[in-house]
Amino acid sequence: MSPARTAGVIGPPLTPESEKKIQEALKSSEEGLFVTRLEDIVNWARRNSLWPMPLGTACCAIELMATAGPRYDIARFGAERLSFSPRQADLMIVAGTVSKKMAPALRMIYDQMPEPKWVIAMGACASTGGMFRSYSTVQGVDQIVPVDVYISGCPPRPEALLYGLLLIQEKLQRGKKG
Amino acid sequence: MSLVVDRRLSLLDRLYLPGIFRGMRITLKHLFKRKFTMQYPEQRWTFPDGFRGVPALVKDQEGRVKCVACYLCQFVCPPKAITIVAGEMPGNKVEKFPAEFDINMLRCIYCGMCEEVCPEQAIFLTGTYEVAGAKRTDLIFNKARLLEIGGVRTDPIMKWAQK
Repeated sequence: MSPARTAGVIGPPLTPESEKKIQEALKSSEEGLFVTRLEDIVNWARRNSLWPMPLGTACCAIELMATAGPRYDIARFGAERLSFSPRQADLMIVAGTVSKKMAPALRMIYDQMPEPKWVIAMGACASTGGMFRSYSTVQGVDQIVPVDVYISGCPPRPEALLYGLLLIQEKLQRGKKG
Repeated sequence: MSLVVDRRLSLLDRLYLPGIFRGMRITLKHLFKRKFTMQYPEQRWTFPDGFRGVPALVKDQEGRVKCVACYLCQFVCPPKAITIVAGEMPGNKVEKFPAEFDINMLRCIYCGMCEEVCPEQAIFLTGTYEVAGAKRTDLIFNKARLLEIGGVRTDPIMKWAQK
C-alpha cells in the first residue's frame, strides 16, 4: 500500500476484496522483478513516469504550479515533466473552470493525447462545476472526457493533488487502462 | 543592409569546461543548503488555527448530534453543496434532527459560511484537506461519514442540556 492510505487519509471507501487485490498487485510488482509478468513491469514504468498535460484554466493552475515547485515537488513521483504538448502527455490534469466555449478545445486536446491516457479533474469547478451553477459552465468535465480521479477543494492543496496522483498510480498498478 | 557579426567562440568557450564548472558550482552549493521539499505522504503540514478544510458535523461530549436541521447552511451554501432532510423527534424540546445530511465534497468550496451561519455550532471546517476519489458518488459524504470526520467538540456552555 502507498503510505498515503495508511496515514488516515480520507478517500473513497475500499472494500476488503479490492484492498486485498491492490496489495497483491503491489506485492507482485515489488517483489522479484525478474519473475514478474511483463505487464507489471510496464505498469511500474508507466506509474513512475507519468507526463502530465497541465490544462490550467483558472486558479487551480496556481496550486498546480505550486505542486511542481520545490516545496511539494511532483518530481518525487516521477511526474515533473509537465508537457505543454498533448502529443507527449499521458495524464491530463484539468485544473480550473471549463466554460462551454472551452469544451471543444478540451476534448480536442484529450483526443490528441496518445493512448493510454488518464484524466484528473482537479478542484470543484472541473469536477462538478463547483459554485458556477451557470449556463456558461460545463458541470463537470466528465461530460466531455472520461475522468479517473476527482479531487475536492477550491482550489485543492498541493498535497491533495499529490494524493490524487497517488490514486492514479494505484489504479495504474492494478492494470486499469485509462 | 544586413550586418554580419562574427561570433566565433574562444578556445576556452569551445572547451565547455568553464561553463560546466560554473554550473556544477551552483548545483553543489544547493546540495548543502537547507532542504525545502516536504516528503508529503510521510510528512504533513501543520495547519494554523482557522484553516478551512473539509466541513463536518460534530457531536457534543454527550454524544448528541448538535445539528437541528434548521436548513440555514443549506440556504447559505454558495455552490449548494449541502442537502438536508429533516426528521421529527416527537416528545422532545428540540423537535427536529437531520435524518439525512449530505455534503457534495466536489461542489464544496471550503468557504466556511456554513460554520459561520450555524446557530448551534454543529458544523465545523476541519483540518482534513485530502479528499479524492474515482467516482462522483463516492465524494457525496453522508451524515455518518461527516460525523466520523467531525468527531466530538466539547461544548462548555451546554446550552442544549435539555435536548
